[in-house]
Amino acid sequence: MKTDTIAAIATALSNAGLSIVRISGEEAFDIIDRIYVSKNGKKVLSEQPSHTIHYGFIKDGDEIIDEVMVSIMKAPATYTKEDVVEINCHGGVIVTKKILQTIIKYGARIAEPGEFTKRAFLNGRIDLSQAEAVIDIIHAKSEYALSSSLSQLKGSVLEKVKAIRDSVIYDIAYIEAALDDPEHIIIEEYTEELTTHIKSTIANIENLLATADNGKIISEGIKTAIVGKPNAGKSSLLNNLVGEDRAIVTDIAGTTRDTLEETIQLHGVVLNIIDTAGIRNTEDVVEKIGVDRAKKVANNADLVLYVIDGSRELDTNDYEIMELIKDRKAIVLVNKSDLNQVVDIEEIKKLTNKEVIVISAKNNTNIETLEKTVESMFINGKLSFNDEVYITNVRHKTALEESLVSAKQVLYSIESGMPEDFYTIDLMNAYARLGEIIGEEVGEDLVNTIFQKFCMGK
Amino acid sequence: MPHVNEEYDVVVVGAGHAGCEAALASARLSLNTIIFTISMDSIALMPCNPNVGGSSKGHLVRELDALGGEMGKNIDKTFIQSKMLNKSKGPAVHSLRAQADKQDYSREMRLVLENTDNLTVRQGEVTEILTEDGKVVGVKTFSGATYACKAVVLCTGTYLNARCVYGDVSLYTGPNGLSAATHLTDSLKSLGIEMYRFKTGTPARIDKRSIDFSKMEEQKGDEDIVPFSFTNKPEDLQRDQISCWLTYTNEKTHEIIRGSLDRSPLYSGDIEGTGPRYCPSIEDKVVRFADKERHQVFIEPEGSYTNEMYIGGMSSSLPEDVQYAMYRSVAGLENAKIIRNAYAIEYDCINANQLKGSLEFKNVEGLFSGGQFNGSSGYEEAAAQGLMAGMNAALKVLGKEPVVLDRSEGYIGVLIDDLVTKETHEPYRMMTSRAEYRLILRQDNADLRLSEIGHNVGLIDDDRYEYVAKKREMIRAEIIRLEECKVGANREVQELLESLGSQPLKTGTTLAELIRRPELTYEDIAALDSEREELPKDVIEQVNINIKYDGYITRQLKQVEQFKKLENKKIPADINYDDINSLRIEARQKLSTIRPASVGQASRISGVSPADISVLLVYLEVLRHSK
Repeated sequence: MKTDTIAAIATALSNAGLSIVRISGEEAFDIIDRIYVSKNGKKVLSEQPSHTIHYGFIKDGDEIIDEVMVSIMKAPATYTKEDVVEINCHGGVIVTKKILQTIIKYGARIAEPGEFTKRAFLNGRIDLSQAEAVIDIIHAKSEYALSSSLSQLKGSVLEKVKAIRDSVIYDIAYIEAALDDPEHIIIEEYTEELTTHIKSTIANIENLLATADNGKIISEGIKTAIVGKPNAGKSSLLNNLVGEDRAIVTDIAGTTRDTLEETIQLHGVVLNIIDTAGIRNTEDVVEKIGVDRAKKVANNADLVLYVIDGSRELDTNDYEIMELIKDRKAIVLVNKSDLNQVVDIEEIKKLTNKEVIVISAKNNTNIETLEKTVESMFINGKLSFNDEVYITNVRHKTALEESLVSAKQVLYSIESGMPEDFYTIDLMNAYARLGEIIGEEVGEDLVNTIFQKFCMGK
Repeated sequence: MPHVNEEYDVVVVGAGHAGCEAALASARLSLNTIIFTISMDSIALMPCNPNVGGSSKGHLVRELDALGGEMGKNIDKTFIQSKMLNKSKGPAVHSLRAQADKQDYSREMRLVLENTDNLTVRQGEVTEILTEDGKVVGVKTFSGATYACKAVVLCTGTYLNARCVYGDVSLYTGPNGLSAATHLTDSLKSLGIEMYRFKTGTPARIDKRSIDFSKMEEQKGDEDIVPFSFTNKPEDLQRDQISCWLTYTNEKTHEIIRGSLDRSPLYSGDIEGTGPRYCPSIEDKVVRFADKERHQVFIEPEGSYTNEMYIGGMSSSLPEDVQYAMYRSVAGLENAKIIRNAYAIEYDCINANQLKGSLEFKNVEGLFSGGQFNGSSGYEEAAAQGLMAGMNAALKVLGKEPVVLDRSEGYIGVLIDDLVTKETHEPYRMMTSRAEYRLILRQDNADLRLSEIGHNVGLIDDDRYEYVAKKREMIRAEIIRLEECKVGANREVQELLESLGSQPLKTGTTLAELIRRPELTYEDIAALDSEREELPKDVIEQVNINIKYDGYITRQLKQVEQFKKLENKKIPADINYDDINSLRIEARQKLSTIRPASVGQASRISGVSPADISVLLVYLEVLRHSK
């Protein structure tokens, strides 16, 4: 059990209302003192009485991040029986994430799934009869975190992280093999090559970090499926939404996922359109296939956009899809308003109990209404993100940043003439942190690599 | 039929490096101890390489010495060359290695054994472990004699059902043609002990007179010899040294080997045992590292009174004629005369996951084991385990708690924890990279780390312990003094710094800060330190290291603090993992088999996830409250 200081976003992430970021542990007050500034700039929170709330700002150095209310609760009368600080901020995904990142930067680490509850329990705060429930939380959350962490990781990123790790473990193995068997493996010849390797490792991590800020590391956003019969206009809608000015990301080459995605941003709400290949490939096939595909992708989506051709009569396939989306978050788009309309809007409303918008993807009619509808669904909390996804992203980013610091430390050690065995301390740290991103532990990797790559011994 | 019946406190089976340490530890703790050996002439035998120490193994010997073991003292008596490896690297990986006079080593250890109070040395083969109600009560030998006892330490090395092989020659003997022990395995199996079969090998020995050293590079020992044992002073150990020699295999050697692989028992499948990856036979190296043009070959003397030379780097199980051809293809060995053939050896050992951290079997009370029998390899690994097993067997008889070192206390802790916790599929060798906290587990501070434990147990006498306490205090006081002692940026200082190739000062600083500069040492700045008192060399060494690497050391100490928290969460011995429904099945099975002593140990079992550990913590908390 780690007893260091942990932090997490305690509320569901959305662009509305208030968000709470919680810190628990010995250093909770040290951290808040370093990132909180009161209006007059003089208040030190750790000196304030317990269970009080304070107005002020969260800053990172000189940069003010948000205007906040901070609750401070001193151990032991807190949820975890440790010092706890809760920052109530203005919500909004970006600001909340930034506050969490700042807290991490100043010494906390992201809480493991269910860790606040676990601490509360282990510190005697929660009744023993609840132990089973605590275990369930730990289980459910860690399984969820693991699956979301890996499933959200983009294929190309996985490959890149693996490649960096392979290079790092090779370097460690070289050095360690030489330390363990200095008469067979000579380290002195390796320093130059090592320097080159480390520099490219640093560049590679920096590249990944840059993409992390663009959201390319993991898919964050609302998983959205566009469904409908062939020729209803799914493809035109997609093209319209992805249009030049709106598209922030198209697919990264080399992605290994079979489901291709497009990420689009509507009024600050990020949508991940899943199975774009399916959208484009089903335009010329028999109607039934459209329904089958709809069933498949709708199940994986947080939001379904159902496109109906308003110029054609509804048939059994349409009724089947309407039945399918009845219990899901969905918007019905009656397309081709530029053509003669034959469908009954009221009937669709009645059958689906969903918002129905009449559009023309071709002429860009009413697309603005669609965007506003999505936005308001999000603000009203009808649509929300998978919190784990955001946490995952912060986790990944922190891991990348830490591995970068470690890699740079190696360069510094080489330059300042430190002995070689010190390089591997930092390299190993980089290796372990990178492993967290792709869910791999260090285990026996080093020993195995040494034996595999280097000829040791008597 | 009447048989001999004797009674002892502790029986040690086997007098190799593990057995000797085990027997000495037990006897020195005043327990009536008997040690069995297959042959009185094979006590502390070195059947493979003629040296002690080397990377990480040197650490083990130092630690063993600090705990009151014998190996360090014995090699100090009998070395013929000494070298500190990795001297240009950081202090954590400095490693002492000495070439031994094998016969001397064996003879000196035998002398110590024979002259230790409470210790009986006996030639004979132990064939059976006698138990009652799952508890050891004695052993039986091949002659039918029984020896009642309260604890047994098994140190059978490579002798259990041993088989030596080269080419199509297969001999059911232990190393060097000594008798194998062929009965004990059955007795162990009947006690429910799971056995493995491992394999290792040794190169040929060649007549010194047939070697042309002019074609080789000479490898001399260090001019300043550092003792292994903390009880010895360097000035008392300086002596004439004998050189080793370096030569290389070549393309022709590799061709000969490749052309004969079909005659190698390793590749024909005749040998089934699992061999170590870190000390591959030469045929293994040629196959696995096909693009390497040459491999080093170290020619090492086996002693002062013999012409036998050990051919380091070329262990093999190829047929005799191929051995001649391949050795003779090496520069300097063209006319080589082989005295002993290279061979591979297969032997029975155990899955050490059946042991507790104290090296006692979980399912047989009073039965301990150490050394190669536990699936390790190397004299030093064996000796370290032997010491701990012998010490703990004795403590058990005395009704005291066992000594279990953790991974932050010593390489010995890492070694034993790995053996009893992790799955091992090949003979286990110590490596510095296996020690997570190696920066604080240095060979230079083993006395500071472990003397107190050795003293508490009763293997380190008061005088020796008091010196360590005094040394610790001198180091502490000197570091404080240096941290506080200011130096100004005056001319005298700047000139000295310049002469040492160090940057001039911008402002005043402390002496400690100067020592932190990579290019400066405690000794270098003597001229700036007028208040300095003369201190022993070993104290100065510690002051230097502790100041220089202060940042790293502090970081590592913090990691150790975290590590200790989980290590200190003990798991009750009678825990039933099947009661914990929320554990994943794989974790439940692994935990039930290995039965870790602490949550820390549990977390190191492969197949046990962090979520499983959380579940276990919650369960233990419930258990604690419900009691």
